[in-house]
Amino acid sequence: MPLLLPLLVATGLFTAGLYGVLARRNAVLVLMGVELMLNAANLMLVAFGAWLADTLLAGQVLTLFVITVAAAEVGLGLAIVLMVYRQRRSIALDEMTDLHESRTAGLS
Amino acid sequence: MNAAVTVVFALLGVLAVGSALLVVTTRQVVHAALWLVVALGAVAGCYLLLRAEFVAWVQVLVYVGAVVVLLLFALMLTKAPIGVSEDLDAGLAQRVVAAMVALATGALLVTVLVDGFSGEVIDQGATGGAPAIGASVFRSWVLPFEVLSVLLLAALVGAIVLSRRDVPGAGAADSVAGGR
Repeated sequence: MPLLLPLLVATGLFTAGLYGVLARRNAVLVLMGVELMLNAANLMLVAFGAWLADTLLAGQVLTLFVITVAAAEVGLGLAIVLMVYRQRRSIALDEMTDLHESRTAGLS
Repeated sequence: MNAAVTVVFALLGVLAVGSALLVVTTRQVVHAALWLVVALGAVAGCYLLLRAEFVAWVQVLVYVGAVVVLLLFALMLTKAPIGVSEDLDAGLAQRVVAAMVALATGALLVTVLVDGFSGEVIDQGATGGAPAIGASVFRSWVLPFEVLSVLLLAALVGAIVLSRRDVPGAGAADSVAGGR
């Protein structure tokens, strides 16, 4: 198998995930984009591990670690999303403007 | 590896990327979560073809089993609309800019990867069955493994603290939100 094939698949996954993170309004859908990007990184790790055929199995072990970190990340992220929803009945990201400097305050 | 593996990998890759595109473009939130199952399952198949069996099954268990269920729970608890909803995406200008950024990143990655790794071939790599992975994790990688367990514990405690309603700080935040 050419090494380029899994790398290009990972690039496609990363591109789709990046578009999802940047273009979605719903916070849960943004988290799905983050998951896609992490999967692209995992696929690259496994592909390079298979290519190098290292004795430490670094690619696969690091992929397991990334999967664990991603599970922790999505658990915390969804807890934060639920807390935001409890407080303001909406998880639209462009409505969370509390830390945004208002135009009038900036001018005065 | 023989040609059949390459062809199956290409098909799985097309499936993964296509369903990933559907995840980020569909207008129904539940469908996005279900297409995510397809994308992650296809990636698990790719792991199998790369002879990383244990990683493939962990992918199925953790991602398809746990993470997608968590996402579906979050969609339910935030009262996501069933059916087509028009307010899932940002405005048209932001979407165009997002597509441009994503395509530029993809073009950069493809350029670098083709320049660096075209012509390289994966031959029979190290197999990643459970015995090999277990021996590697508990010999070479045991210290990162322990650090990761502490990280998981911290994430668990953090999620519980964030979800509780009777923490003193959370009560103040609720009253602020109520006054808004």
